[in-house]
Amino acid sequence: MDLLIIFTKCLVALLLVLQVGILLLWVERKGSALIQDRVGANRANLFGGILPFNLGIVNTLMADPLKLFTKEDIVPEGADHFLHWLAPFLALFPLFLTFAVIPFGDVLEVGGRTINLQAVDLNVGILFVLALVSMGVYGVVLGGWASNSRYALLGGIRGSAQMISYEIAMGLALVAVVLTFGTLDLQQIVRAQGQLMWGVIPAWGVFYQPLALVILFIAGMAESKRAPFDLPEAESELIAGFFTEYSGSKQSVFMLADFVEVAIVAALVTTLFFGGWQVPWLQRDGFHFPGGLSLALPSLLVTLLQVLSFLLKLFLFCWLQILIRWSLPRLRYDQLMNLGWKRLLPIALVNVAISAVLALALQGWTVR
Amino acid sequence: MEDSYLAVLISAGLCALVVAIMVGASWVLGRRSPNRAKAAVFEAGNRAVGEVKTHRFPVKFYLTAILFIVFDVEVVFMYPWAVVFRRLGWFGLAEMAAFVLVLAVGLAYVWKVGALEWD
Repeated sequence: MDLLIIFTKCLVALLLVLQVGILLLWVERKGSALIQDRVGANRANLFGGILPFNLGIVNTLMADPLKLFTKEDIVPEGADHFLHWLAPFLALFPLFLTFAVIPFGDVLEVGGRTINLQAVDLNVGILFVLALVSMGVYGVVLGGWASNSRYALLGGIRGSAQMISYEIAMGLALVAVVLTFGTLDLQQIVRAQGQLMWGVIPAWGVFYQPLALVILFIAGMAESKRAPFDLPEAESELIAGFFTEYSGSKQSVFMLADFVEVAIVAALVTTLFFGGWQVPWLQRDGFHFPGGLSLALPSLLVTLLQVLSFLLKLFLFCWLQILIRWSLPRLRYDQLMNLGWKRLLPIALVNVAISAVLALALQGWTVR
Repeated sequence: MEDSYLAVLISAGLCALVVAIMVGASWVLGRRSPNRAKAAVFEAGNRAVGEVKTHRFPVKFYLTAILFIVFDVEVVFMYPWAVVFRRLGWFGLAEMAAFVLVLAVGLAYVWKVGALEWD
């Protein structure tokens, strides 16, 4: 029975990340159309025109993936077949696995059992996430190498150099967060954010580590090679960079990896800085507003509210990344590496130093 | 805690299965009609010359990777310290500050000498 529960939770986490990834494709197309003052994809219909209106969402969610999966899988001449298959696998597999440690709710009390709403309850959650994000670099490098094309190789190497440069800044920002919460376990961090500061404000991470939030957000966007950091796959310049020679479902796996990484950065920011599934002043038995007013709620409703809160915050930060992508121009490659090594890395180090000193000097500054 | 690693295994198996199906989908569902022109690598109309496996690329990427290794190991060492930070107090902070200072001097040297330029 326990095995079944674990299996169901892993399946739920996997389905969640798949759904979010595919929905983000549609949100990106329609959202970018909105930002650029045009309509976007809306020329889809069923059976050649039954419905009197067009369904843009059908276009992106069903027609596009179906088209991509049924295209021919071309492997360029001289390319290593195994590596050509392995690269998209290594690009997407770690990203799917990352979602297994993100808590999407508190507990679900059903049938006398209290089920922790987190697929994998690791006490080293943050390290697990960082390790898997680092493995995503393999997909980029192998994709460039296995294509037997010099431009793809250069695109892959530049992409991987960019990714590893920003991983250090990301790791350092997370060190400051771990310092504040004193644990690497993601569910415990989210639970600790339910406490109230001065009895009124929920102790979300953003109040303790605003600089780490900014660093993590910027480094996360650079890590996922999204604009304004998308020179490795600059759509208007290099065709497709490291995945030029991929077609069919392998190409769609690389593109899905892009959107899943958006979701991962959003999930990390939500979990560590904005309370994850926490609704302000909502505890397991109902609302407890400051000032004494309290509202008792059944536990299933509380769980539902918390899961909805997590999904809402997740989409909010995904939308923020889409907004940033379609608003800012692309950075030049040397400006990009400059930002990673000479600006973010020293700032992150200084942030850790200040946080450590503050945490020791002010006893009530940290969250437990 | 033991069954949390079993959950990692189950999760990894599920994810690997789904991704493998996605990657192999067009090999199964798509047509297979290899063609000399289709298999040629992209070079905007010209024929590509030269092998990738012996193609040289700039050494500054290697330098970036080495610097990444050094600073990433530093970050990894900071994680256990950050977890038991409260118990170590000011003495632990001073020790970690000494460690980071040595590596920060290294970063300053690398910066000054120009290894972070241009890439």
